[in-house]
Amino acid sequence: MASQHATDDRFAGMSLDECYQCGKCTAGCPMAAAMDVVPNQIFRLAQLGKLERAARSQAIWLCVSCFTCTARCPKSVDCVGIIDALREMSLEKGWVAPELQRVRLFQQAFLDNIRKNGRINEVELIQRFKLSGFLNDFSVPLLMKDAMLAPKLMQRGKFHVFGEKVKDRDIVRRIFDRCQPQAVASGATEKEAVS
Amino acid sequence: MARIGVFVCWCGENIARTVDVEKVTAAAAEMPGVRCAINYKYMCSDPGQASIREKIQSEKLRGVVVASCSPHMHLKTFRAAAQAAGLNPYLVEMANIREHCSWVHHNKDEATEKAIQLIRMTVGKVLRNHALNPIKVPLTKRALVIGGGVAGIQASLDIADAGYEVVLVEREPSIGGKMAGLSETFPTLDCSQCILTPRMVEVGQHPNIRLYSYSEVEAVDGYVGNFEVTIRKKARYVDIDKCTGCGDCWTKCPSKKNLSEFDQGMGTRTAIYVPFPQAVPARPVIDKEACLHFKTGKCGACQKRCQAGAINFEDEDQLVKENVGAVIIATGYKLYKITDAQNNAKYTGYGEYGYGQYPDVIDGLQFERIVSASGPTGGEIKRPSDGAEPKNIVFIACVGSRDNAKGMTFCSKICCMYTAKHTMLYKHKVHDGQAHVFYMDIRAGGKNYDEFVRRAIEKDGAKYYRGRVSKITQENGKLIVRGTDTLVGEPITVEADMVVLATAMQPADGARELAQKLKVGYDEFGFLSESHPKLRPVETTSAGVYICGACHAPKDIPEAVAQASAAAGKVQVMFGKGELTREPEIAVINEQTCAACYACVRTCPYGAIEKAEIRDRKGNLVKYTARVNQGLCMGCGTCVAVCPSKSADIEGFSEQQIYEMVKNLV
Amino acid sequence: MIEIGYYPGCALHGSSNDYEASVQACMKALGVRLNELDDWICCGATAAHSMNHMLSVALPARNLGIAERDGIDEVFAPCPMCSMELIKANRAITASPSLRAQIAEIVELPVEGKTEVINLIQVFERVGLEAIRAAVKKPLGHIQAACYYGCLLTRPPKVLEFDDAEQPSLMEGILEAIGASTVEWNYKTECCGAGMTMAREETIIDLAGKILDNAAAHGANCLVAACPMCHVNLDMKQADIARARGASRGLTVYYLSDLVGLALGLSPEELAINRHFVVRDLDAAPATSEA
Repeated sequence: MASQHATDDRFAGMSLDECYQCGKCTAGCPMAAAMDVVPNQIFRLAQLGKLERAARSQAIWLCVSCFTCTARCPKSVDCVGIIDALREMSLEKGWVAPELQRVRLFQQAFLDNIRKNGRINEVELIQRFKLSGFLNDFSVPLLMKDAMLAPKLMQRGKFHVFGEKVKDRDIVRRIFDRCQPQAVASGATEKEAVS
Repeated sequence: MARIGVFVCWCGENIARTVDVEKVTAAAAEMPGVRCAINYKYMCSDPGQASIREKIQSEKLRGVVVASCSPHMHLKTFRAAAQAAGLNPYLVEMANIREHCSWVHHNKDEATEKAIQLIRMTVGKVLRNHALNPIKVPLTKRALVIGGGVAGIQASLDIADAGYEVVLVEREPSIGGKMAGLSETFPTLDCSQCILTPRMVEVGQHPNIRLYSYSEVEAVDGYVGNFEVTIRKKARYVDIDKCTGCGDCWTKCPSKKNLSEFDQGMGTRTAIYVPFPQAVPARPVIDKEACLHFKTGKCGACQKRCQAGAINFEDEDQLVKENVGAVIIATGYKLYKITDAQNNAKYTGYGEYGYGQYPDVIDGLQFERIVSASGPTGGEIKRPSDGAEPKNIVFIACVGSRDNAKGMTFCSKICCMYTAKHTMLYKHKVHDGQAHVFYMDIRAGGKNYDEFVRRAIEKDGAKYYRGRVSKITQENGKLIVRGTDTLVGEPITVEADMVVLATAMQPADGARELAQKLKVGYDEFGFLSESHPKLRPVETTSAGVYICGACHAPKDIPEAVAQASAAAGKVQVMFGKGELTREPEIAVINEQTCAACYACVRTCPYGAIEKAEIRDRKGNLVKYTARVNQGLCMGCGTCVAVCPSKSADIEGFSEQQIYEMVKNLV
Repeated sequence: MIEIGYYPGCALHGSSNDYEASVQACMKALGVRLNELDDWICCGATAAHSMNHMLSVALPARNLGIAERDGIDEVFAPCPMCSMELIKANRAITASPSLRAQIAEIVELPVEGKTEVINLIQVFERVGLEAIRAAVKKPLGHIQAACYYGCLLTRPPKVLEFDDAEQPSLMEGILEAIGASTVEWNYKTECCGAGMTMAREETIIDLAGKILDNAAAHGANCLVAACPMCHVNLDMKQADIARARGASRGLTVYYLSDLVGLALGLSPEELAINRHFVVRDLDAAPATSEA
């Protein structure tokens, strides 16, 4: 049902206003105990239009997207969709919680890696992630973490040392460019102007 | 010659603010057939009515149009005024210039013009009105009450005490319904059986009540005042007239391990049984599925023991007919089960609570039996799996209720109260135990209700957490209940020994089918529909059929009883009259032009049109025709729409009248 | 001979190449021919849907467009993350004509959203439990498995419409067909921590640790998964988990295709089981079960 009082277009179609704060999302969330703002509070903040507080929370980046909340919500609210929208917002506005920068950096490295190769090159992904993580918080343990894993993986042949690349990498780049928030937005406006 | 009077109402400011009543009155006075037109501040007031009466007599009016509010409000008022002045009331019509005009428009010029058109239309209609007389219908002053729970018992006793006969039909072997199985009742904690069983005995002994237990309503024919009901008396295999209720049969019955319906499956009973000691009638019934005689042909222990010779293995279902004038439906409720299999594709079970696979996760009615002195544990709180006393018990509210994803959007209304009661009863029996409650909102509106819930929390120490439970699992003999408390914003896990689910209330099985037999509406969940949610709460759209109790919506005992008395009161109002009168605005068939195609018979939603024959004086068949049963017709007009020979019409809303209205408009 | 489109996804072509080897060997033995999508690209996974919604539709949509272009109506994606993202994109595209037009421009291919995407369990169902039962050479009577579905095989249920999201049982049905027994346990559909493996190890240790504990507590002698990420968290990280939680157990974590393959008579090497981190001697069926 289209929301009458949605505070923000980005939640359109997610039934945000239908949340009645039963807390079943929080009750089933595997990460809730570690969250600064638990899922039902995130949705309440979004209902109240307090998006900055929601988007600055650590919780949205602690979310592992397991969809337990979405699956069990008695009001069929698109819980993960709302958290995704808040994550996008926190990226746009530079509101990612400092404590969770590593999660953001990993996801960023992941996307960069796709953009470059079309597929994930794990060795390169891990190197990039560790480097960006180190530059972020100068954590030596992060650099050294799982250092012993590489030889074990190698020994088991669970490695594609050079990584795979798709043949047509240009199309991947074009897709990424067209999906940048500005590109998407301006594309939409053009469409609306035409229709 | 038409002599129509038009009476324009200001309704204070309600109409006059947006409609120029003077201009409207002047325009009405000029309409063809109008003899006079006046306006007044409140036409419905005494002086307003007096002016109508006065004009009818002084101007010798043959028709009246009152331009005011909706006919739902005051048509009766104005028709009565006209009748007092000697005018047939069905020559009075109303033009609705309030709800249809002044309330919904802002522009005064346009609204005034519209009011004039509405009046012109209605004047056109009245030009074609003719005098009608209310229809008189004979009346059988006996009532049928379907369902012998507390609502049906109350309604039966009220009507019977007023001196009318009652036929009470109960599906189970005994009356008493759900209330007979409850432990103690909120908010007073008085023993449920102690207050109900005297009423049950009264029913059993009342000279005006004919009780059909273990019986169901098979068919209903006829119409208000004149129903013919077919009742199926299910084979009981015990002649209740011969039986003395001594109990020799069930003490000797070798088939003992059958789950007791009365104990909600928490205890057992024999194959020949009375559901509980205070049953009315206190006569046993044989469960054919469980009886060794029927299963193997070998046993006959009960028959051998019975000195009254009351056991009859050859017994069969019997159909009996009863004539009644009014029907009260009081079929009550059942509880939603969280199992995977649901009887309606709309609903889904709770996989996250194990689909009912954990034996120590039970529902509210099962807990009632466990905590009842008459229950399978003798009132000691023992959990089903191993009989241990639960030291940590979790109650979960709104299971199914208010859960759109499971298919039910409504609040079951009684769970907040009985859950609070359960925590108290538990604490009173397990002093070192802890009750935990997961709830969404506490809905305790009612006399002494909120105080009761507070007492559970403040005096009896129940821990309330505001949040739903996401999952229940079983580990090492404990039920792991994963919930939350949204007030602190934290997940809460309770390791419980037993869990009680306050599951949603649903209409009893078969309620829809019964409603269809009685042509009573029901909602998407199968709860029966009243004809007006505020002003006609126990009436239905089917004349002479009333509803009370939880078949209408979730409700508690006091509400069900109050509604039952209301329904009984309505029946007594009806029976207080010598005969029934009905509004004459119903269908009529022109039998001369009727082609007897019976399209109307097939489409009539009330079954009010019959196939009939026209015979001459010698009894020779002249022709076939359709004929309206004046007792049944509700005047909906479906027959008019489907009649290919234009032989069907509605009195007071004839095609001629409608045509005149349209003509006057264009 | 069943022929079906195949979208391996990045993990199976990377560190989860043991899963790919297992799937390929198993499918070959069952006579299922896999036609890999031409020049497929990454589905974007959690990174895309949490950072750029349009990208999370476009990346899988490109692959769906490739399938449609090449006349492939059914695609098997062994990784539940991939299959969920592909199905989600399918649903989004079919629901909105304007999005469909926009996506076609972005990915430079028309995408109708008509490709059926199936997971490993569904491929086995397609082959048929009776056919599998008939092909079993070494019934796995010694296996007492905890079937682990994780998140994305069944969730979000309204998108996937696969099995029962709370009490799934299709995997158990397959294991029953190959002579293995299964245990009832509580963590079938709990999350293992998924993509947090690198970024937030403590999450994995906590969540995957509880899963391993619960499987063992309910008498399982192995775990069965059908997801490369779950396998990484439960198998590769198992030693770290045991160290952090102060317990050591060594619970073998199989891919579903491993067990089916073993029952069909394939060797652990053919199925790349020897590349797992936790390898115990369950693979070599004891003589009793061969009878």
